[in-house]
Amino acid sequence: MSNLLEVRGLTKHFTARTNWFGRPVSFVSAVDDVGFDLAHGETLSLVGESGCGKSTTGRLVLRLIDPTAGSIRFDGRDITRLQGSALRDLRREMQLVFQDPYASLNPRMTVYDILAEPLMLHGLVPPAKRKARVEELLGLVGLRASHARRYPHEFSGGQRQRIGIARALAVEPHLIVCDEAVSALDVSVQAQVLNLLKDLQARLGIAMVFIAHDLAVVRHISQRIAVMYLGRVVEIAPAAELFAKPRHPYTRALLSAIPVPRPNAARQRMILSGDVPSPIDPPAGCRFHTRCPFAVDLCRQKVPQMEQTAAGHSVACHRWRELPEAAPLPVESAGEGAARLARLQARFTEVSH
Amino acid sequence: MSELAASSPAAAKKPAREDSPTRRAFRRLLRRKGAVVGLVVVLLFVCMALLADWIAPYNPTEADWSALRGEPTLEHPFGGDELGRDVLSRVIYGARASLFAGVISVLLALAIGIPVGLLSGYAGGVVDGVIMRFTDAMLAVPFLILAIAMAAFLGPSLANAMIAIGVAAAPIFVRLTRAQVQSVKVEDYVEAARAIGNSPARIAFRHILPNIWPALMVQSTLTIASAIIAEASLSFLGLGQQPPEPSWGSMLNAAKDYMSDAPWMAIYPGLSIFLVVLSFNLLGDGLRDALDPRHRD
Repeated sequence: MSNLLEVRGLTKHFTARTNWFGRPVSFVSAVDDVGFDLAHGETLSLVGESGCGKSTTGRLVLRLIDPTAGSIRFDGRDITRLQGSALRDLRREMQLVFQDPYASLNPRMTVYDILAEPLMLHGLVPPAKRKARVEELLGLVGLRASHARRYPHEFSGGQRQRIGIARALAVEPHLIVCDEAVSALDVSVQAQVLNLLKDLQARLGIAMVFIAHDLAVVRHISQRIAVMYLGRVVEIAPAAELFAKPRHPYTRALLSAIPVPRPNAARQRMILSGDVPSPIDPPAGCRFHTRCPFAVDLCRQKVPQMEQTAAGHSVACHRWRELPEAAPLPVESAGEGAARLARLQARFTEVSH
Repeated sequence: MSELAASSPAAAKKPAREDSPTRRAFRRLLRRKGAVVGLVVVLLFVCMALLADWIAPYNPTEADWSALRGEPTLEHPFGGDELGRDVLSRVIYGARASLFAGVISVLLALAIGIPVGLLSGYAGGVVDGVIMRFTDAMLAVPFLILAIAMAAFLGPSLANAMIAIGVAAAPIFVRLTRAQVQSVKVEDYVEAARAIGNSPARIAFRHILPNIWPALMVQSTLTIASAIIAEASLSFLGLGQQPPEPSWGSMLNAAKDYMSDAPWMAIYPGLSIFLVVLSFNLLGDGLRDALDPRHRD
């Protein structure tokens, strides 16, 4: 099967400062030489800490911001330089779900207006049938038809996020970029929205780029994971493989930071020191060398290229062959988790009575 | 409070219209005493201007020699002016000129200010730079001086005074619109509008404008007050409403020579200006509080 999305050498520099004549003198290197593929109906997660360029990558792919360099092919078409109405037509194919459900819905539009607008803009549904389609969309995300008349402020965060998802689904896109779509929600609501996304994806066959900083969430939803650090992809692998055999030291550090829901679990922690360097003047060579416990001179001089370590697993590290195997993450078995949940629920009902 | 008790069953019974942000703001407005007083007085003056033909006891331009600078009496409750015209009738008709000038000139200022401000704020870059330098230059000249200069240039008439005031007030709205657009356009819902496939013009008018409307409403109300003062000033200087048609400003001008003999000639038009301007300001302040997004009920 051909890929839905092919991203090559994607780079975005934002101007940080301009000189007296308005010419840029320094840049923020937000995304640098990022490449990945996405199959139809697949979910790829982009993970990394704040400022690593994952949101920028998502917006570049959607062409909401213009790339400095690189190419984006969508459904076999080069969309890197589309402009104007051609670009607006493309919006039908790809959609975005936002992080903040409180900021992403226009407070002065009713839910009906919000959901009917994409139908109207792209001429998808004749005016007479719009109401029915809006109600269908609301049903799809688990809201009631009567909610259409309301304004966003009358909904909870989780409900608003469902409205945001319904808006993205309205145009029946082939690709949805979820930019931290659940990070602003309570954990219980997070699970609901994640399951909704997963379910919709399975039913509608939509491909997803799922941007997140929470690896536990990512593991639940994605087939493949790309780990980003300071504007670059450092490792990309199938989800299970990445958790079992993380190759890049940064990936290992991230994984070791996942809380384990079991007290006294024996685990190997890898704690990074220092801060993420400024993307205005990123370190030469491997961008991670300033914080990497395994860094050698080579890392400081030469930018590591992506190397394949196994089928579908690539890493950008000079020393991945020499590094010791990472200890597998303590994984909670399904039965254990269910038992714990039952205990918690029992206690909750006890307390609430 | 009473609204709470009233609104919950009402909302359940009447599902046709939901609680829009505008309705909520209006309810908050009605909870403010100052704003309600302002609103009532403004509405009274508006009624007075609209119904002038029916409620004015005399023709405002007809002289009655027996009432020449006459003291207030039962026949002429506000007294007579220097030509023996009824001051009450002239005050009533004068409300037309003042309110008309206030509203029309602000509408003109909005008609110029909103599109230019939207363009400036949304486009940014060189366009924004040019527009803002020009606006700054206009703002550097005091509002009234600019209006007087323009009215003098256009020639004395009420219509020209309104144009002059409207153009002089436009930079305020350009600035305000631009600043509001800049703060709203970075909101997620504007990016969402882009992501869904809206054209820039549609984003500006359909998504950004409704969200900056509250600030424009407040500024409009306050600017109506300034415009009324400006119209009175221009008429006082002979650049606005032309005699014998009544206007509060020109009435004050006529009255200034008879301050000790016939003070009522000055008191009533002066009081009217004072009341209208105060009321618009009260209303504007109330609107500002009611529309403040930090207030939630």
